[in-house]
Amino acid sequence: MTRRLLLLLPLVGFLVLGIFLYLGLSINRFERDSALMAREFPTFELATLEDPERVVDESLLEGEVTLVNVWGEWCPTCKQEMPQLLDLAERGVRLVGVDYKDTRDKGRDFLGTYGNPFEVNIFDPEGTLGFDLGVYGAPETFLVDRDGIIRYHHTGYIRPVDVRETILPEVEKWR
Amino acid sequence: MALTRRLMLSLSFKLSLGFVLSLSFMLCMGLLLPTLSLAASEIREFSDPVTEQRYRDLTATLRCPKCENQAIGDSESPIAGDMRERVYAQLQDGRSDKEIIDFMVERFGDYVLYNPRLEGRTLLLWGLPAALVLIGLLVVTLIVRARRHASARDLSAEERARLDALINRERTE
Repeated sequence: MTRRLLLLLPLVGFLVLGIFLYLGLSINRFERDSALMAREFPTFELATLEDPERVVDESLLEGEVTLVNVWGEWCPTCKQEMPQLLDLAERGVRLVGVDYKDTRDKGRDFLGTYGNPFEVNIFDPEGTLGFDLGVYGAPETFLVDRDGIIRYHHTGYIRPVDVRETILPEVEKWR
Repeated sequence: MALTRRLMLSLSFKLSLGFVLSLSFMLCMGLLLPTLSLAASEIREFSDPVTEQRYRDLTATLRCPKCENQAIGDSESPIAGDMRERVYAQLQDGRSDKEIIDFMVERFGDYVLYNPRLEGRTLLLWGLPAALVLIGLLVVTLIVRARRHASARDLSAEERARLDALINRERTE
C-alpha cells in the first residue's frame, strides 16, 4: 500500500510546482521593494528647480523625516497624485520634489497649475539622481528618515487611501 | 494484482521520464532564449569586437525594470535606454562585467538579473532543477533495478514442473 502511495509522488511534486508557479503569475512587479531600502539616500549635487544658482546635495534630507517624490511635467499620473501630496504637506509632512527628466519651464508651469506641496524641488533634467535612486518611471516616492536613510518606497500613483493607510503611518513610524 | 502493479510501475516510469524530459526542455529554453534577443536600437562604436560582444551580452542579460519581460537591449522604454547608455559608458571606462552588473543591481535590485546570482536566497532556484533531475534518475534506476530483480526470481516448484513437462514433451515429439 505504501509503495502505491509512493507512486503518486511525481504527481504531488508536479502539483506543488504548478501551484508555486501559478502564484508567481499574480505577483505585482511594481510592488517589489526598492534596492535602496534601508540604505543611504544616494549622493548628488544638483541645482534646484526654483533657483538655478542654488545647488543642493544629500544633506538637504538630513535632520527631518522627508518624503521625496519623483515627478515630471510629462507624467500624467503625477498630476493625479498632486492633491494627495498637497494633503500630506497640509498634515505637516516635509516633502521634497525631484523634477525628473524635465525642462525648467515645464516644471515650473506644472507647479503653477497643480500646486506646490514641496519645500524645494531638485532639478534633475538628465535623470542622474533618478537613475541612482533606481527610478524606472514616475511617480515614485521615497521616505527618508532624519539620518538620510531610505525607509519606505512607493512605486506609482499614491491613492488617497494610501495616504491614510500607508504613507502617514510610515511617516509616524520613523519620526 | 501483478498486472495492476506492473501497469502502475510503467505509468510511474513514464511520468518520471516525462517529468525529467520536460524539465530538461525548460532548462534548455531558459538558456537559449536570452541569446535570441535583438540588438539595441542605438548605433554604438566599439574599438574591438570583444567589447562589442560584451555589450551585446550585457544588454541581453540585464532585464528592463519597467517591462514585464524584456532585456534592456530589446526594450524601447526610456529607462532601458538609460541603462544601455550606462553599460556602454562603463565598458568604455574599462569596467568589468561584474562591476557593471553590480552597479545595476545596487540601483534596481535582483529584478534586473536574468541570470540570478548563486547565493543563499537563490539556492532553491539553482538547486531544485538539479535535485529534480537527480531524483528522477534515482527513481528510474530503482524501477529498472526492481524489474531486473523481478525477472531473475527463482521458479516455484509448480512452474519448474510445468517447464520440465514442456521440455520433455518437445523431446519425445
